[in-house]
Amino acid sequence: MAVLLLGEVTNGELNRDATAKAVNAVKALGDVTVLCAGASAKSAAEAASKITGVAKVLVAENALYGHRLAEPTAALIVSLAGDYSHIAAPATTDAKNIMPRVAALLDVMVLSDVSAVIDADTFERPVYAGNAIQTVKSRDAKKVFTIRTASFDAAGEGGAASVSDAAAATDPALSVWVSDEVAASDRPELTSAKRVVSGGRGVGSKESFEIIEKLADKLGAAVGASRAAVDSGYAPNDWQVGQTGKVVAPELYVAVGISGAIQHLAGMKDSKVIVAINKDEEAPIFQIADFGLVGDLFSTVPELTEKL
Amino acid sequence: MKVLVPVKRVIDYNVKARVKADGSGVDLANVKMSMNPFDEIAVEEAIRLKEAGKVEEVIAVSIGVKQAQETLRTALAMGADRAILVVAAEDVSTDIEPLAVAKIIAAVAKAEGTELVIAGKQAIDNDMNATGQMVSALLGWGQAAFASKVEIDGGKAKVTREVDGGLQTIEVTLPAVITADLRLNEPRYASLPNIMKAKKKPLDEKTPAEYGVDVSPRLEIVSTREPEGRKAGIKVGSVDELVSKLKEAGVI
Ligand SMILES: Cc1cc2nc3c(=O)[nH]c(=O)nc-3n(C[C@H](O)[C@H](O)[C@H](O)COP(=O)(O)OP(=O)(O)OC[C@H]3O[C@@H](n4cnc5c(N)ncnc54)[C@H](O)[C@@H]3O)c2cc1C
Ligand SMILES: Cc1cc2nc3c(=O)[nH]c(=O)nc-3n(C[C@H](O)[C@H](O)[C@H](O)COP(=O)(O)OP(=O)(O)OC[C@H]3O[C@@H](n4cnc5c(N)ncnc54)[C@H](O)[C@@H]3O)c2cc1C
Repeated sequence: MAVLLLGEVTNGELNRDATAKAVNAVKALGDVTVLCAGASAKSAAEAASKITGVAKVLVAENALYGHRLAEPTAALIVSLAGDYSHIAAPATTDAKNIMPRVAALLDVMVLSDVSAVIDADTFERPVYAGNAIQTVKSRDAKKVFTIRTASFDAAGEGGAASVSDAAAATDPALSVWVSDEVAASDRPELTSAKRVVSGGRGVGSKESFEIIEKLADKLGAAVGASRAAVDSGYAPNDWQVGQTGKVVAPELYVAVGISGAIQHLAGMKDSKVIVAINKDEEAPIFQIADFGLVGDLFSTVPELTEKL
Repeated sequence: MKVLVPVKRVIDYNVKARVKADGSGVDLANVKMSMNPFDEIAVEEAIRLKEAGKVEEVIAVSIGVKQAQETLRTALAMGADRAILVVAAEDVSTDIEPLAVAKIIAAVAKAEGTELVIAGKQAIDNDMNATGQMVSALLGWGQAAFASKVEIDGGKAKVTREVDGGLQTIEVTLPAVITADLRLNEPRYASLPNIMKAKKKPLDEKTPAEYGVDVSPRLEIVSTREPEGRKAGIKVGSVDELVSKLKEAGVI
């Protein structure tokens, strides 16, 4: 058995955290080959070759793969699929875009957001906003799946895998990239941060979201948000934590002005320590918080920031 | 141009799913069911394209049990022109896998001659986030998943997508598949007169066999269990107490 793992490459750099967590998830299934595809991908490939547990790295460096459009990347994976029993990727938005396409082209099912690998055919995954965990067994000859990175630790450093080139596949030429709107930030990345501070509708405005950001910066934390906060324009879309946003499991999660809807809990309830700050003592978030503080966020959060 | 919108009947998003005591699945008996929220957004987008004169006809399709008729009537009341129900299961607790669903949707798209499919990004029951991408692969079409803005012009769709780092805009040649993310639009409520009118709109019933699709599953659900529970902790009386508790817990 052998595994082809799509490494997460953004602008030529490897997202080591997501990729190394995925390596740990699949390494029991066979030799792991990491595929690094991008307009520039050599340095990402080098970084991937050092992850413990990686047997081989394939680099597909071609302008075709520069913006991770689904069609060419899926065609590339399909062209390589013959050699592998398992084809996997960390469950990033890129992989969620690409892997179902790969599966359909291979006429197999896809399994999204796998949270545990039981054996070569059997996997666990959360369903119903994490209110149930399903154990599923696949009858397909090839298994195609994405991995919920929050459920795995990252593989360590110290590998020395061989790196070789993969030939580009024919471009289906169905879509073109136009532009990216990506905010640069010095803060840790949400899904790999050790600490996360999230704000909800209770924060009230884009301007007051600064209260959340100041606490986050004091803690060296990433900033998250509820859907309500994103929909209201207080925070950008890529900060959304939840069933349909990002899934996080940091050591510390601070929820401020968030009521605790099931869709939000689905994205953060595996955090080690949860703190909730809310003025409503009946808010459901308190049912899962380790430490709850009932109070107005506009006074308590600045006080907390100051006292840390 | 015709647009096809697949709509799924799922557990209402306000209901907390309960795992059956015998581990055989989630209890769906006497549970409120609704249209998957992402599909309401997809229907809304299709109707807006029609109102803007970009498409001529909006067709809603659902694959599942007979009761999915209600879901299709909702789509018709919102403004879809007609609906197709592909009856693929008898028991409400049988779900059809995305690959089979995608094969049926692809076959319907071909049979109806649609040039655009707008699906939801994810069904909130199984959270697979797969069907739209699979449909486009099966049809050999381009895909624009997780859309937060769609502009159709000159045989192309310019789509802004919600991605991990922020937003990405791509242009995809039609025919294509788009999947709707949360912030694409705010779906309308169906008015009472439109609900009455929807009862007279055409709703055809079909079977997977009529589209030549085998719906037998590739996956076997071995068991379903509750996630590890989390107990409520304590309430602290002040910010000072919170700080000292966090220190004790070793997280700051
Ligand atoms: C298909 C679908 C997908 C969804 N996906 C997600 C998702 O991925 N992530 C997500 O988060 N949600 C998601 N939701 C939305 C979810 O159902 C809730 O609507 C949302 O999480 C509510 O956000 P909130 O807690 O910020 O707002 P609210 O529920 O309005 O809560 C605001 C809280 O702030 C408190 N508050 C107000 N003022 C103050 C103050 N001054 N000081 C202290 N506390 C204050 C209030 O007591 C209240 O508890 C989804 C919904 C649907 C239908
Ligand atoms: C009670 C229960 C029993 C199950 N039993 C089995 C079983 O016996 N065997 C098995 O292999 N699997 C079973 N499953 C799992 C199930 O088949 C898949 O995991 C599930 O279909 C995942 O995809 P999704 O519906 O989340 O689709 P997604 O890919 O997340 O849906 C995305 C979009 O596709 C469209 N769409 C999806 N489905 C439909 C539809 N039916 N009609 C119209 N449009 C649609 C909608 O636009 C939707 O927004 C079961 C699931 C449940 C809940």
